[in-house]
Amino acid sequence: MPLSPALLALTLASLTQASLLLLASGFALRILRHWDLNSGSERQLELERRTYLVASLVAWVFGASLLSLLLFVYHAEQLSSQFVGAMCATGVLNANAWGWPALYLKMALFFAGAAWLLLNRVDNRAPDYPLVRPKYALLLLIAPLALAEALVQGQFFAGLNPDLITSCCGALFGPDSKGVAAELAGIDPAVSLTALYLSGLTVLASGLIYRWRGWGGHLFALAAAFGFGVALVAIVSGVALYVYEHPHHHCPFCLLKTGHDLVGYALYPPLFAATALALGVGLMTTWRRVPSLEGIIAAEGRRLAGMALILFAIFHGVATWLVLRSNLVLLGSG
Amino acid sequence: MRALLRRQRYLLDYSLSSLARRPGKHLALLLVYTLIVFLLASTLLFTQSLRREAALVLAESPELIVQRLLAGRHELMPADYLHRLGRLRGVSESYGRLWGYFYDPAVKANYTLLVPRQDPPAPGDVILGTGVARARGLGVGDYLSLRSARGEPFSFKVAALLEADTELVASDLILLGPEDFRRFFAFPADRYTDIVLRVPNPSEVRKVAEKIALALPDTRPILREEILRTYDALFGWRQGVVIVLLTGALLAFVIFAFDRAAGLSAEERREIGILKAIGWETGDVLRMKFWEGAALSLTAFLAGYLLAYVHVFFFAATLFAPVLKGWAVLYPDFSPLPFVDGLQVATLFFFTVFPYTVATIVPIWRAAITDPDQVMR
Repeated sequence: MPLSPALLALTLASLTQASLLLLASGFALRILRHWDLNSGSERQLELERRTYLVASLVAWVFGASLLSLLLFVYHAEQLSSQFVGAMCATGVLNANAWGWPALYLKMALFFAGAAWLLLNRVDNRAPDYPLVRPKYALLLLIAPLALAEALVQGQFFAGLNPDLITSCCGALFGPDSKGVAAELAGIDPAVSLTALYLSGLTVLASGLIYRWRGWGGHLFALAAAFGFGVALVAIVSGVALYVYEHPHHHCPFCLLKTGHDLVGYALYPPLFAATALALGVGLMTTWRRVPSLEGIIAAEGRRLAGMALILFAIFHGVATWLVLRSNLVLLGSG
Repeated sequence: MRALLRRQRYLLDYSLSSLARRPGKHLALLLVYTLIVFLLASTLLFTQSLRREAALVLAESPELIVQRLLAGRHELMPADYLHRLGRLRGVSESYGRLWGYFYDPAVKANYTLLVPRQDPPAPGDVILGTGVARARGLGVGDYLSLRSARGEPFSFKVAALLEADTELVASDLILLGPEDFRRFFAFPADRYTDIVLRVPNPSEVRKVAEKIALALPDTRPILREEILRTYDALFGWRQGVVIVLLTGALLAFVIFAFDRAAGLSAEERREIGILKAIGWETGDVLRMKFWEGAALSLTAFLAGYLLAYVHVFFFAATLFAPVLKGWAVLYPDFSPLPFVDGLQVATLFFFTVFPYTVATIVPIWRAAITDPDQVMR
């Protein structure tokens, strides 16, 4: 296991996140059992006060999860110099079976956290906090995710064996690196780009319907989640090729490097933020019929859906611009 | 949106004035916080620059070095191996190198003696690395006297000094001509120290190395990328070790921060009570305290990072250099190239601001839920 500062920082962050969420889960159990807004008992008062603490803790944990996602990718990138055949973060994540699952869990934790915080925000606006129980029940579902993330990341780091010079000979006969997940990268760019635009249209349509009619929040969230997956596949199998102007270079991380104008920063943040907002909208519309929340959710949902649509549009716009400005010709005769 | 921003601005305004009203209380925390950031940032910046320096130096080194092994030990390379290697496809150039180490009892240091491939010094002349020149107090035109392997005295004229910007690698270097080298060490005429191959195409290097390993089984090929990889891992490991050692300090800092945040004075309690009595909500107090922590963290982070930057890039990391660089008698003096790296800043954040905030959340919350009537009574 390499003992680099970033690795220690990531481990520290994951363990802290998991233990804070475990603490919050203990509190969530107490809420589920004893919460009664109509009671004036000391316990109820204490529970009400403690919700502030838990909300602050959770907000902090999820903020940190975003940063740790970035740090994880950067660190994998940096480690690539220590592995034979690893050109960038992709090679390092392929170094053992835990690399990609760790990344996916980090992403899942970020989305779950963002959706939870949006729900919490809506709930705090209603005078009777109607969503306290469902909110804390959801927290009980998120805590295992954080635990799993810490464990899988630990496994990943523990299983990394950098190829160093040994006394007999170099790491010359080490195994060759594996390619990017071949199935994804192998998709025809024409297919993936078409899917990208179709999913974009679906997101747009469902978002507009939700904004105008006030229904279909779940559909919008579903379309956005699907659109997110399609977008990642399209980046790997299509957009990346245009950025690198090379028909076989699929890496989703090299986009973040200076050599490619840091275009990844114009692609990923809008995509992640838009998906997080859309998931939040979907989650909150579940409780749109609660009397004290009706107006709040309708207004907030519309606003968030609007923001999500703008961010999706930015993502699709940037992706299209990257394809158009490229000198690479993959489709048609150019 | 604008209302939200304005609200945060007012809260920040209040937090700053509240910090300014009690400078003494926060000064100690700020100092310790800055010191912690400084220690960690110095470690990270210095090792990172060593890494970069090593990569820069090695960028010019040959792609492949072939050494001969005898009974598992490094052995001199017979000159005819150069012919036996023959013309390998992909190799643009191959040549034998002459170099060795020499222990100088006068200054209790090891020198590296090397015959440069291009323009070796004339017989009787040497070119010195700055470290050697410093240790022996020599300048151009002076004579360097050494006692050879067979006990004979040798005297070389210093023809030139190596440039200071190569100091990290060339501090202990003495360059001399091939004849002088062989005479000085009584080095066999048909031997080299090792053989070097230039392979311009990076994707052919491994194949060439494989062929060498097959053709000359008693040799070991060493790839430049392997050396780079090993340096990288080594420096990363040293960084990690120093940080693990600093964990104790970090823990002490976290406890200190917790203690500071938990020990609210009666005056501060009354202040929060009054704020709540005039209509502030628990959430507002939390936010105000959050801004207070953010202002403190940002100041400490920037100050600590800046100090570390100055320490590493202007004073060559005087405090930690021995641990991180390794040590030798002929210490290279070098100024690393200044740079700032996003990965490092994020790492540093997780080691300082993250624990600080986690440690202070609970005390802040305790302060924020204070009942106005309780403290004002």
